[in-house]
Amino acid sequence: MRVKITVDGKSYEVEQGDNLLRACLSNGLDLPYFCWHPILGSVGSCRQCAVKSYQDDDDTEGKIVMACMESSNEGCRISIDDPEAKRFRAQIIEWLMINHPHDCAVCDEGGECHLQDMTVMTGHDSRRYRFTKSTHRNQDLGPFINHEMNRCITCYRCVRYYRDYAGGKDLDAFGVHDRMYFGRQEDGTLESPFSGNLVEVCPTGVFTDKTFKQHYTRKWDLQSTPSVCVHCSLGCNTILGERYGGLRRVLNRYNADVNGYLICDRGRFGYGFVNSDQRISEAGVRIADGCTLESIDSDVAVRRFTSLIKNKESLIGIGSPRASLEANFALRQLVGKENFYSGASAQEFELVATVVDAMRNGSTQTPSLRQIESADAVLLLGEDPTASAPLLSLALRQSTRQQSILEAAKAGIPMWQDAAVRGLAQDSHGPLFIATPAATALDDIASETVRAAPDDVARLGLAVAHELDPKAPRVVKLGARLKLAKRIAAALLAAEQPLVVAGTASGSKAVIQAAAAVATALGVARAKAAAPWLFLTLPECNSMGLALLNAKPLAEIKQQPKGRGGSVIVLENNLYRRAKAEQVDALLDGKTLVVLDHVQHPTVDRARLVLPAATFAETSGTLVNNEGRAQEFHTAVMPTGAIRPSHGWLLSGLTACRPDEKHALSLEDLRAACAAEFPELASTWLSDESPTLRYAKEKVPRASFRASGRTAMHANVSVHEPTPPEDPDSALAFSMEGFRDPDAQLIPSYWAPGWNSVQALSKFQFEVGGPMRGGKPGVRLIQPCKDAPPSYPDEIPAAFAAREGEWLLLPLSRVFGGEELSSMDPAIQVRTSQAQLLLHEDDGLSLGLSEGDIVEIQSEVGSFSLPVAMRKNVCRGVAMLPLDTPGVGFLQLPLYASIRRVSG
Amino acid sequence: MLNDQVQKEIRGELEHYPTPRAGCIEALKIVQNHERWVSDTALQEVADLIGIPAAELEGVATFYNLIYRQPVGKHVILLCDSVSCWLTGCGKIRAGIKQRLNIDFGQTTADDRFTLLPMACLGNCDHAPSMMVGEVLHQDLTPESLDQILEGVD
Ligand code: SF4
Ligand code: SF4
Ligand code: FES
Ligand code: FES
Repeated sequence: MRVKITVDGKSYEVEQGDNLLRACLSNGLDLPYFCWHPILGSVGSCRQCAVKSYQDDDDTEGKIVMACMESSNEGCRISIDDPEAKRFRAQIIEWLMINHPHDCAVCDEGGECHLQDMTVMTGHDSRRYRFTKSTHRNQDLGPFINHEMNRCITCYRCVRYYRDYAGGKDLDAFGVHDRMYFGRQEDGTLESPFSGNLVEVCPTGVFTDKTFKQHYTRKWDLQSTPSVCVHCSLGCNTILGERYGGLRRVLNRYNADVNGYLICDRGRFGYGFVNSDQRISEAGVRIADGCTLESIDSDVAVRRFTSLIKNKESLIGIGSPRASLEANFALRQLVGKENFYSGASAQEFELVATVVDAMRNGSTQTPSLRQIESADAVLLLGEDPTASAPLLSLALRQSTRQQSILEAAKAGIPMWQDAAVRGLAQDSHGPLFIATPAATALDDIASETVRAAPDDVARLGLAVAHELDPKAPRVVKLGARLKLAKRIAAALLAAEQPLVVAGTASGSKAVIQAAAAVATALGVARAKAAAPWLFLTLPECNSMGLALLNAKPLAEIKQQPKGRGGSVIVLENNLYRRAKAEQVDALLDGKTLVVLDHVQHPTVDRARLVLPAATFAETSGTLVNNEGRAQEFHTAVMPTGAIRPSHGWLLSGLTACRPDEKHALSLEDLRAACAAEFPELASTWLSDESPTLRYAKEKVPRASFRASGRTAMHANVSVHEPTPPEDPDSALAFSMEGFRDPDAQLIPSYWAPGWNSVQALSKFQFEVGGPMRGGKPGVRLIQPCKDAPPSYPDEIPAAFAAREGEWLLLPLSRVFGGEELSSMDPAIQVRTSQAQLLLHEDDGLSLGLSEGDIVEIQSEVGSFSLPVAMRKNVCRGVAMLPLDTPGVGFLQLPLYASIRRVSG
Repeated sequence: MLNDQVQKEIRGELEHYPTPRAGCIEALKIVQNHERWVSDTALQEVADLIGIPAAELEGVATFYNLIYRQPVGKHVILLCDSVSCWLTGCGKIRAGIKQRLNIDFGQTTADDRFTLLPMACLGNCDHAPSMMVGEVLHQDLTPESLDQILEGVD
């Protein structure tokens, strides 16, 4: 309910019961704060948000209260400008700053520092404290985060985020008063894969981005561009910072429906591949010896390309789940739809198709990532999202608080009263059931966990479905798990908004189908209540987009007329990750291979023609995330030299080899053609985010108001100021000039008068933490089929039985080192632990193994060796193999293998 | 390694609390009773016993200034330096200790017998200046009585 409050004599509409600080900020008022944060709520500890509050109209005295700790009620009257309140706030900041080193000039936070902003806002401008300041020793927190403890103002946000919100165990507050220290118990790498958010959550320069430090630039000197993360299928929104043609850093970009205020460390720190000197930067043609790649210039490259693709009949195009929708569609245009193949492995292809089928033809609703936080009972099947879709894990962690938040609400405690809500909940967590082959990072808050092979996970899921809807197939011989299935069914049924989560990382179609079956059965059992939620993860950032373009599976290529020349064009893809080497070789033998990509890999190594492609940071394009949300990203760094966006190469080839047909010439044409051919995708580009969009005839500038050195930047080359690069593909300009507006569709960075830090974001939202005034949350392309009759899988997988002397190899996702592009980043590499084969401890013992022994894993497809890790928390009879283990090559899992000790 | 006795005492203590984490201060005190101070390894072991991260226990341990995270002597002298004791001459007592034992606040004698720490009001203002040596409260201190007291300690 909306109520009216009065602030300094003016009336404002706010949400009843909201805390006054948030209410003020949501109304665009400036009120300083530290300990409060939109996702962390209030604890009232820093005393910075003091305001004068009056009891009634007759109260002339008023009293000082903390705005973040007071509820907004009808008629409530406060003053921010009251002289006493102002003095109080200035005093508070003076205290907070007593030990502060005042080292802004050498501080990475400088220029985007909440402490600077708040200090200026309170008017405190000269210090009176004349004594020694306390100083601290900094810790080495690993490759991502720099630590400079002296700058701390003890607001506690870091521990409240890292520990309370993200479930981290290795960051805490130590000591008291002057000796307060925020860090690890001892030096060492911060373990949480969400540590990078500390950079944005900490209001000072204590925690800063260590990778950024290596090529540091002040915020005001960065050119910022809205982008989308390419390191998993969730499609978190990011802001890319560029200077001197390099990608300098990745920040969160707020999307109220997807990632909110956060991104994971893979998304934040995995950008090194863009700046890598291993990049493919020139076009090359393989000379006669078959090994050497000779550089050629772009025009020659286009001519070569054209000659290779002239004959459309013998062309094959292989797309990519990590390339944009536009690039994939351009390839499809070039080779024709009958020759356009998915670049996913056979298994991925099938799993993604299963997901799309469940989303399109089922009646269940796919929630947004943000909505997941409000689910109050969750069943997680088959995979650990912390590794496969990191931010999903963070959202699920919040969901387990939902019941205690509802409890607290019943007791009259609003959700923002953070300490009170957590105090009431103690260690209790709402129902989260996890059935996976190995431990997950969410086990610590799970109600129950089961370790089971995928087929048994699927059986459990189907049994839950049967409990909910007797029409679902009955699973027999479940043993003790029947009771568990009943408990899960009861918990899901009792919930306001139940959620079922699974995905392709389990490698099991049966698991995905079982998850869909549970959600479907829940829908039946809940009858008229809101549709249950089903959230399914996918392998890569554009797996969904590629699937929506109806590419044919790779396996069908063999039905092509055999051999005799012809060309294969591979778009941003390493086929050796998608199929067995022999299969890839068979596919490519006798064909001329053209590869468009930006990173080196074995497929590039055998290409006749290599075309240097732009990374996601150097082009515009669209990705469709796992929930079917199409989101656009834009050019942050102008490609240099011969590098061009893939779609650019493809369109040049197309125009050159078929000059008399009408072709798309620009990204926009391409989108129009794509929309015409795929009506389902049409809504993607309907908004005015289009390249031709102008505000008052102007583009949106990437550079800040106060970008410095523009005229001097390239003075070592020429004293003439170069013309800024043109970006024909977006409404953004590489310039300081243009139109800036919080209501615009494109928001390259957050800044408002007096607000230089990321917390300026509040000025861009309708209300703090709510939807953006401008910006664009993406377009959901897939709608469920509301009236679809419930349908269930016909087949129930047989129960898993451990084999004598053989182990079922299953895929294990890893947050670092398990994803192709981020794995090339030097900081991510430091965080990547050596790949190990994970076994149940007793299985290991039965093989005479001890931890760390090297074992040989032998299957019908060959053998390889790895060190072994033995844990209790693994299903018996299976062995978990990290995806993308170096030296292992492509393996289609699951697969039975024998394990033999090689050495200790 | 915490010996069996310490572990047993801690386990026993934890049973008094609805959640084990609530017993963490008592657990640290038990370690300290036995070993005078809490070493890094002891801290880790207690954290494991309770089932909380070491960082969390360290937060608690370092919050309380009577949980010692550095070795202390056999007798810890807690000399009050709050208002009443300050007015009535705790400075002289501190100087007396320094002269006799050659230690100041935060220091331990070379023979490991005494550690001197400052203490906020002992609640004994009517008999200021006051101090504690180990568990024993000494009041109305004078440089002379100080000598006697220290001599009386084993
Ligand atoms: S380190 Fe940063 S977030 Fe943590 S208490 Fe200090 S200022 Fe606040
Ligand atoms: S969760 Fe996925 S999309 Fe989001 S930042 Fe991490 S890797 Fe990127
Ligand atoms: S923000 Fe209100 S007390 Fe800290
Ligand atoms: S001031 Fe020393 S006992 Fe109170």
